[in-house]
Amino acid sequence: MSTTTAQHIEPAAVTPKPTVASTVQDYAGRIRGGDLGALPAVLGLIVLCTFFGIMRPAFFTERNFANLFTQGAGVAVIAMGLVFVLLLGEIDLSAGFAAGVCAAVLAQIVAVHGYPWYVAVLAALATGVVIGLILGFLVAKVGIPSFVVTLAAFLAFQGTVLLLIKGGTNISIGDDVIVAIENNNMPPWLGWALVVLAGGGYAAVQLLSHSRRQARGLVVEPIAIPLARIVGLVLILGGSVYFLNLERSINPLINSLKGVPIVVPIIGILLIVWTFVLRRTAYGRHIYAVGGNREAARRAGINVDRIRISVFVICSFMAAIGGIILASKGRSVDPNTGGSNVLLYAVGAAVIGGTSLFGGKGRVIDAVLGGAVIAVIDNGMGLMELSSGQKFVFTGSVLLLAAGVDALSRRRAAASGIR
Amino acid sequence: MTPLLEARGIVKRFGPVQVLQDVDFSVPPGEVTALVGDNGAGKSTLIKCISGIYTSDEGEFLFEGNPVTIHGPRDAAALGIEVVYQDLALCDNLDIVQNMFLGREKRSGLVLDEPTMEQMAAETLAGLSVRTVKSLRQLVASLSGGQRQTVAIAKAVLWNSKLVILDEPTAALGVAQTAQVLELVRRLADNGLAVVLISHNMNDVFAVSDNIAALFLGRMVAQVRTTDVTHAQVVELITAGRSGNLGLPPAENGAELVDPTIPGAQQ
Repeated sequence: MSTTTAQHIEPAAVTPKPTVASTVQDYAGRIRGGDLGALPAVLGLIVLCTFFGIMRPAFFTERNFANLFTQGAGVAVIAMGLVFVLLLGEIDLSAGFAAGVCAAVLAQIVAVHGYPWYVAVLAALATGVVIGLILGFLVAKVGIPSFVVTLAAFLAFQGTVLLLIKGGTNISIGDDVIVAIENNNMPPWLGWALVVLAGGGYAAVQLLSHSRRQARGLVVEPIAIPLARIVGLVLILGGSVYFLNLERSINPLINSLKGVPIVVPIIGILLIVWTFVLRRTAYGRHIYAVGGNREAARRAGINVDRIRISVFVICSFMAAIGGIILASKGRSVDPNTGGSNVLLYAVGAAVIGGTSLFGGKGRVIDAVLGGAVIAVIDNGMGLMELSSGQKFVFTGSVLLLAAGVDALSRRRAAASGIR
Repeated sequence: MTPLLEARGIVKRFGPVQVLQDVDFSVPPGEVTALVGDNGAGKSTLIKCISGIYTSDEGEFLFEGNPVTIHGPRDAAALGIEVVYQDLALCDNLDIVQNMFLGREKRSGLVLDEPTMEQMAAETLAGLSVRTVKSLRQLVASLSGGQRQTVAIAKAVLWNSKLVILDEPTAALGVAQTAQVLELVRRLADNGLAVVLISHNMNDVFAVSDNIAALFLGRMVAQVRTTDVTHAQVVELITAGRSGNLGLPPAENGAELVDPTIPGAQQ
């Protein structure tokens, strides 16, 4: 730095100190400029919940609230993996049936051959990694467009599922651990303990980073903003856990049903791990760089091919976890596991949450928020007793709407210079 | 004064085509050296030899008086040579700090060390007296052309670099932004860096450079102090390879084939 600090000028002179008002103004400005972030998903959730709550009072029961989590879990997990692929502006159309293949591998090992559950889970995850390596290699090294590679894989994996479960029979899974993922709940105290852990951890990270920046003399947001974020998170987590810990069995004396579904902390851990990878590591930074400007990333010395292969590996790995969750939910694997609307729901979840189909923009939490929207639509329409024809038309329209919002906000952002 | 970088007898061939013929080129520290020449004269090839993208077929490079071999961009970067390309190579979806450290992120353990990076970026920009950016956490997409050029240049000087090569930094800029960037180029040299400026714009060349090196059909025809020559002479060197007693000897320059009064040649 010796050459450039010859005439040192206070860096703080560059920007006036931000206040709560200016931070809120900045946020409003970003939204007007087309950087919508999670806003459409959150607004969509509120509107949909209100609508279904009025139309069908059963929507707001404890039981249905718990159902939302277990119904949306598989799709949300697959969508988390898709976010990585979408960040590069690529697509993985085979993620749904990759989940199916991994679920079929799991079922074969645990149900047909009778190995313990962890062997089956490891084999399913390894299958996911291998699938991702093959897809990534074909896209990055051979140079086939990801659309074509994964469309071909979509068909091939559909066939693989059929082959693995011997032409359309249904393998039921009796293993307690795997079934428990989607069908059992944590004891209420553990739910509260996790709220304390998550809230405390989040508060520690936020406040520590705030004080570190302040100590370095860097521009910091007013302390009220991180505090508001912490309080908001604790309220949402605490409220959800309180609601899920209520008794929701029709006949509690025979079969008590309360607590947070086991799949919820699994999603939470995946969310935290992948968010950390994307936001806090050089690898994550490089994913955004390759998605934003591949040539710039290459010139910066980033191994672009390796990044491109790795996102397909992550996507298929997450699809494998999604497949395990789907198998657990159905307590079985059939030719349609991971098929029909799973992939479309997963892509929809990522896009509705705010991940761009054009690459370079997106977060892992988008998949969870968008997954929640999809779960609410699916669940609410089920309660309304709509035909599956009506459900497909409506869900397709919502996906199209989300993609439209993405394209329009991108245009707006290009005009106002923010993206 | 010892030149920071001295190229001696550089030859570069692409098959039968000799793009650089016995080129001598010296870059003194603390000065702006303008590298001029018509399209196809070999400017880019020479720059790519210096920055390690091409390997020269013959000739040697002296860096701070010592012979060095440059076999790749990493060798050049290790010596302190940074190139700012015409098409900036910035990521629109990343902010200023993220762009400046792209590919060379500071970390503590596994985690990115954001405060250190932001501080270093702020110090670098302050050292260059850049005060046109509102926030270091602004996305590059929201910057103007001049601001982007500034970020690209700041990115190049961040690494204690000794030689910064700028490839047509003002080609796409308006009048005010051009002035802004030229001021920055001047400040780099005043801070002790050696700067090579490739430009087609004679006004820019005369506004900031201390000396001018002219390439003509792969030969270095002259390297002169800017104060010793006029616009017209430089234009003649570019288009004809000689001007008065500067440049190639009359017998072999083929000057009669070139009309020295092409547009832009008049003062």
